[in-house]
Amino acid sequence: MVDTLLTALSALLTFQHLAYMFVGVGVGLMIGVIPGLGGIAGLSLLMPFLYGMEETTALAMLIGLVAVIPTSDTFSSVLMGIPGSSASQATVLDGFPLAREGQAARALSAAFISSMAGGIFGAVVLTGFVVIARPIILSFASAELFMLSLFGLSMVAVLAGRSLAKGLAACCIGLVIGSIGGAPATGEFRMIFGLEYLYDGIPLVIVGLGFFAIPEIADLLRKNSAIASGNALGSGWFQGFRDWWKNIWLSMRCAGIGCIIGAIPGLGGSVVDWIAYGHAVQTVKKDPKFGKGDIRGVIAPESANNAMQGGALLPTMLFGIPGSGAMAVFLGGMVLLGIQPGPSMVGADLNITYSVVWSLALANVMGAGICLALAIPISRLTQIPFQRLAPFMIVLICFAAFQATRSLADLVALLSLGVLGVLMKRFGWPRPALLIGYVLAPQAETYFYQALQFNGWSFLGRPGVLIIGLMTLASVYFGLRNRVDEHGHVVPNEDDAPDVPSFRAHMPQIVFAAAMAGLLLVAMSDSLQHDFLGKIFPLSVSVVGLAMLGILLPQLMRGKTGHHAHFDAELTGDHVGQEGIGSLWGGLAWIAGLVGLTALIGFYAALLVFFPVFLAMRAKAGPLAVALMTIGCAGFILTLAWALSLNFPTGLLQDVVELPWPFR
Amino acid sequence: MNNTFSITRRVALGLVAGAMTLGLAGPAAAESDFSGKTIEWIIPFSAGGGSDTWARFNAPLLSKYLPGNPTVVVVNEPGGGSTKGTNLFAARAKPDGLTILGTSGSTQFPYLLGDPRVRYEYKDWKIAMASPTGGVVYTSPSLGLNGPEDIAMLKDKNLVYASQGATSLDLVPLLGFRLMDFDVQHVFGFKGRGDGRLAFERGEVNIDYQTSSAYLKSVQPLVDAGQAVPLFSWGVLNEAGEVVRDPTFPDLPSFVEAYETLTGAAPSGPEYDAYFAFFTAGFPAQKMVFLPGETPDDIVDAYQKAFEDMKADPDYQANADTVLGAYGQVTGALAQALFEKGTTITPEIRAQVTGMLASEYGVKLGEE
Repeated sequence: MVDTLLTALSALLTFQHLAYMFVGVGVGLMIGVIPGLGGIAGLSLLMPFLYGMEETTALAMLIGLVAVIPTSDTFSSVLMGIPGSSASQATVLDGFPLAREGQAARALSAAFISSMAGGIFGAVVLTGFVVIARPIILSFASAELFMLSLFGLSMVAVLAGRSLAKGLAACCIGLVIGSIGGAPATGEFRMIFGLEYLYDGIPLVIVGLGFFAIPEIADLLRKNSAIASGNALGSGWFQGFRDWWKNIWLSMRCAGIGCIIGAIPGLGGSVVDWIAYGHAVQTVKKDPKFGKGDIRGVIAPESANNAMQGGALLPTMLFGIPGSGAMAVFLGGMVLLGIQPGPSMVGADLNITYSVVWSLALANVMGAGICLALAIPISRLTQIPFQRLAPFMIVLICFAAFQATRSLADLVALLSLGVLGVLMKRFGWPRPALLIGYVLAPQAETYFYQALQFNGWSFLGRPGVLIIGLMTLASVYFGLRNRVDEHGHVVPNEDDAPDVPSFRAHMPQIVFAAAMAGLLLVAMSDSLQHDFLGKIFPLSVSVVGLAMLGILLPQLMRGKTGHHAHFDAELTGDHVGQEGIGSLWGGLAWIAGLVGLTALIGFYAALLVFFPVFLAMRAKAGPLAVALMTIGCAGFILTLAWALSLNFPTGLLQDVVELPWPFR
Repeated sequence: MNNTFSITRRVALGLVAGAMTLGLAGPAAAESDFSGKTIEWIIPFSAGGGSDTWARFNAPLLSKYLPGNPTVVVVNEPGGGSTKGTNLFAARAKPDGLTILGTSGSTQFPYLLGDPRVRYEYKDWKIAMASPTGGVVYTSPSLGLNGPEDIAMLKDKNLVYASQGATSLDLVPLLGFRLMDFDVQHVFGFKGRGDGRLAFERGEVNIDYQTSSAYLKSVQPLVDAGQAVPLFSWGVLNEAGEVVRDPTFPDLPSFVEAYETLTGAAPSGPEYDAYFAFFTAGFPAQKMVFLPGETPDDIVDAYQKAFEDMKADPDYQANADTVLGAYGQVTGALAQALFEKGTTITPEIRAQVTGMLASEYGVKLGEE
């Protein structure tokens, strides 16, 4: 085994291998920086070039790409408050506040070093684990997987914010959104309302961007300032390293969590950052400032999301079962190269496995190094006045969103969830709780049904189930003691929130809560049409959600001034009373304009109209700047679309007239 | 030289690796149909799946063997269980040979079942190539079997099968097991056959099937270790449309032979017809390449010839087994026969299957 390990390393340290790995790392860096695009898009980009390549070289390239995406996606999470990919959603929570305080350099360097450490940890685990992984992966049956999804849901306790009822209601709405589409047990379609788009459910990328990116953009657009006020990067490069060193055990624990979650097929990479973040919040005792810019809130998810790749490779290579969405594409790449995943990966083909391990470790070092080197030019972006940056971001987010099913419906769904996200942000509904519910809904339901089918209720007595059950209880206990909201208040339910003492002023949040109750009622009435197995999950979730709103609504209506349930950023936010604050809806209106125009003339033509109009009217840019920036953006999007060989969403115009690509 | 030019532009994207693929561009364009053109191959599935891999394996070879060496790009249009991209092809593709469609069993099944999302008609299209696949059903030795000859022992056993859903490709085993009168509990919600095999290895299910390449790679070692017992292969269709033994597994009986062992008679009747329709759409005619119906014959012939010629290519021969699972891609009369059998169902049989799925498995195909 040691022999094979060393042979694999020496085979990798040739110019050709390293050059290809560098190509993979380079593409991965670019894809990671672009918000919303992650491993799936990156791997699809390289796929056409794999054919005919030598296998270990090609694998080095693919691994190079997969390994650095969770490193470079930190840029947009920290600098712009927009998750660079689904694996760094939690990084936004503390990374973005740090950037706003002018400590972006510290956050970035801590994130990169954590990513590198996590990635190497993952590679080390993979080295030893491949030999013994089989029985361990086989011991996770449906019952244990169900308990693991419950464990993931227990993180809601920590992310619920000031009002537990609000947090649980948000989680229930997430669970309801996650149960749209085919029911796992019967295949009947729930809550589709006759819309073909909803048959498959709402894709993760749409939910992530709608709830996290759009509210941030809408917020930034109101203020007309740069993302970071003052010195964008700030100092603190070495501070970041020291922060990581001081929290090295937290980093290693989170890397371990990342590996385990990655290795379990089905749990998926989009919860790993939340679980690591929740773990940090639960275990950090000293001076916690989570949500307000605590560096440990950056170190934890960044250590975990790189380590996860090492874990996710295990089921991918050993069983041919992808550990995440990106791994599904990676698996396709392995087959194209003529490598069949399976037990031989730890037997006859062990050298291939170890070349993957070494590539993973090397690519993590390479990626962190390049990110540090490029940090200064990339972070200059945050000093640009936001209204100049905004059209790029809006276009990029729309571009990322329609990767999901490549249709206009993606953009409409993005906009609708964006509206919901803006309102949730305004009224202090914890969006991370919603996202966890959304991600885990199909898993919790499927595994619960399967566990019952396989074992009956006796599945509750399985040792693995009991162990994970105890962990879940502990997590809820610690979580409730260390609850944080999006604004960093680590809260017991003290009723001392800044508030405006008038029922009238509370009307908007009451109406919103009532509207959410309406949404849950719709879900409940829809669920009643289905068979028992199809209805039980959405029915119970909507009943629980309604019960939570049954607690929340009276609190909102009758609670005394400053009651912990009250929150409305329009009443008490930092911007209230400041000059030059635009309407809450300004940013959304621009996005809606782009979507509406797409429906008329197709995305690419809409972009060519939207971009100059936005720059001229909203950003008041001069004609030359408008022309240059429009050409730059149009060229960039065109290049990306060409490389991914995709057609843009079409509008009414395309139904009437025949147009050449990219307008068709 | 247009072809080389368009690839070079991709290299300019910063994908240095692309430079290596220049070698794939093949000889310079001659004076023929497709020189300088770009062919879009619509795959109604997302990147990384079986159909995507299959198309990306074929695309460069197609480019090499089509007259004029056009650029062939795979365009993923996922959604709606593959109905979205297929509807798009049906509505938009022009009969100029520049847009082709790759379908899979998951595209055929909604069509055969009368899913309301289907707005395509197979009979409107011309087939360029069909890519058959096969699979082997196996059980756990804990049921007491030693080999295919003991299949009758399954009669009174409680069997559990990990299914991807009653309207997925796992409809074939569902109908097949019903025909054999086995008592099978189908547990739905599995993500793929690999996921099902894991459940078998965990002991949660005791009957399973894998496609041929996955069987050879991952189940054969279990068989050798005495942890799995093969029962039968689904079999392949010959040109007369009869089910015969799968040449990849000459020692295993086909489904039809296993049925005869079990009951003493060859399968027949409406239930067998229903099974046969979905079996054909799911295995012998699983993946197909189509052109719009009005496409001129010379273009269809050019495609058929390209798919035929590529079989001699060393790249094809080196990787065909892993990607295609030991089944050669077919064109011409056999492809036409598979196409017809795999996309034809009588209204009575459709009603019988959807009625059975609704009453026994609670499956509804969505409202009109």
